[in-house]
Amino acid sequence: MEALSSWFSYVRDNFDFIMEATLAHVRIVLIVVVLATVFSVLLGVAIHRRPVARAIALSVAGIFLTIPSLALFALFIPLLGIGNPPAMLALFLYAILPILRNTVTGLDSVSPAIVESAKGMGMSSTQQLLRVRLPLAWPVIMAGVRISTLMTVGIAAIAVLVGGDGLGSFIQSGLTRLGLPNAENSVWTGVVFIVLLGLLLDSVLALAQRLTTSRGLRI
Amino acid sequence: MSSEAKIHLDQVGKTYPGTPVPAVESLTLDVREGEILVLVGPSGCGKSTTLRLINRMIEPTSGRILLDGEDVTEANPDKLRRRIGYVIQQIGLFPHHTIAENIATVPKMLGWSKERTSERVEELMATVGLPPEEYRHRYPKELSGGQAQRVGVARALGADPDIMLMDEPFGAIDPITRDRLQNEFLRLQAQLHKTIVFVTHDIDEAIKMGDRIAILGERSQIRQIDTPERILAYPVDDFVDDFIGTGSTIKGLNFLKVSSLAASPYPTTTVDEAPQAAINRLQEAGAEWLVLLDGQGRPLRWLNEHHLSEDSGPLEERGEELGDMLNSDNSLFQALELMVQSASGCSVVVDGQGRFQGCVEMPAMSAAIRRAQREAQLHYEELEAMNS
Repeated sequence: MEALSSWFSYVRDNFDFIMEATLAHVRIVLIVVVLATVFSVLLGVAIHRRPVARAIALSVAGIFLTIPSLALFALFIPLLGIGNPPAMLALFLYAILPILRNTVTGLDSVSPAIVESAKGMGMSSTQQLLRVRLPLAWPVIMAGVRISTLMTVGIAAIAVLVGGDGLGSFIQSGLTRLGLPNAENSVWTGVVFIVLLGLLLDSVLALAQRLTTSRGLRI
Repeated sequence: MSSEAKIHLDQVGKTYPGTPVPAVESLTLDVREGEILVLVGPSGCGKSTTLRLINRMIEPTSGRILLDGEDVTEANPDKLRRRIGYVIQQIGLFPHHTIAENIATVPKMLGWSKERTSERVEELMATVGLPPEEYRHRYPKELSGGQAQRVGVARALGADPDIMLMDEPFGAIDPITRDRLQNEFLRLQAQLHKTIVFVTHDIDEAIKMGDRIAILGERSQIRQIDTPERILAYPVDDFVDDFIGTGSTIKGLNFLKVSSLAASPYPTTTVDEAPQAAINRLQEAGAEWLVLLDGQGRPLRWLNEHHLSEDSGPLEERGEELGDMLNSDNSLFQALELMVQSASGCSVVVDGQGRFQGCVEMPAMSAAIRRAQREAQLHYEELEAMNS
């Protein structure tokens, strides 16, 4: 109980800093997820009907995810210097796989009869894609975007180690001062706000998914 | 001939790369304006491929396709398809669009105004029997299979195309609903006069739907193309004979009318006549049964000598029931059905007022069948003579 009330007073005392870090965190996540979504959907559409390209793209995106995050962040420092850019590039590469995978799966799930009838009525390939195939794959693509967002919110905490900002700074500064006053409070602040941020962004996306999915596709 | 055809396929062929045998081999075919031409054949004969060559869902590797005399073999395929209604077995409605949006698909692509499109959608929904106010905003998942196929037909009719291609449109629907949809579609076609190419593997559906039937063999070779009655009366070879199967003569009776028979005279008696006079007439005619008529000449019962001679109440309560009766518009198929149910082995024909006209007996029926067969055979002999 005592620890909890001490944490609350820590949060109260540092509220402005926390909000600032949260906003910085959100900014990183949003930029990364938006770019990764655009990139992955375009790539997914391009590779969907090309078996070789498809296998390669999905494997490469999978390999990115297996590279330990700290190492990947550091790898880009020589290229992009320190700060947010190397962190965002690494996060972008992580965010690709779920969206790419789901784009391809979503397009796969469109019934061939529906595409056949679209073509048979005289829709061009672009019209088939924009009016039929993507709208039908959309709920699955959005599910991928939500996974990538949650993942990015969590991994973005490491950005601080390559000079970036965000809520990771509370965790890092706490960990380097363990044993000193407020060190644990600082770590917990980072963790709790990252989790809350993840839940918030996921709910926002869930709502967006619902609003952008045709009523005819809802279960 | 070919310049008048709505659709003319001129030696159209399709060979898939890497296969030595063509899927469709040099097919020449005319579809006349306003007719339903059914392509029917065993699975794998290439009938669906042939259909899909017409709207170039499959690109032909040889030959030419002409619509209204215009060569569309090299035309823009998307624009071509917007002129042609297309219905497939799986329907393929857009699940994310409402019924109204689905039907509006082609009009929207053609740039019709909102008012014109929504007017057209309402008209079509009413035509296929889905009240617009109830169904307009529904989604495909809320429809039964039969309703979905109605929407599929309405969608294909969207921009009022002259030509419809239908690939086993009723194939995935239960038999009772299929029968109803077939009848509805024939009623619709009687008003619309579209030029329709209809693919099925079911010879009975072909007989029912087709103004003409093309029976296709391997590689989509036409084995026989003609009206259903002529194909049933005179299958040109064993392949066609096997394909239309047993009972083809009986199916052919559907196309012959009672009016085509000379109604044979049949002994009758009336309720007022003395039974003994009737018995005398029966013996004179050498017949077993006679028809009892009421005062207005309407048939009541079948009577034989035994019924007439027994002394048990009024005549109209003796003998055997007549059951249903025929009029001159009924088919010989219906005549046959009543015949096998009837006590006397023949079926009774009445006029519009229900008055007795005569009976249809087996010899007259088989004479009619043989006459139809002979006419069909003559027709083919003339064709052959013309060709040689």
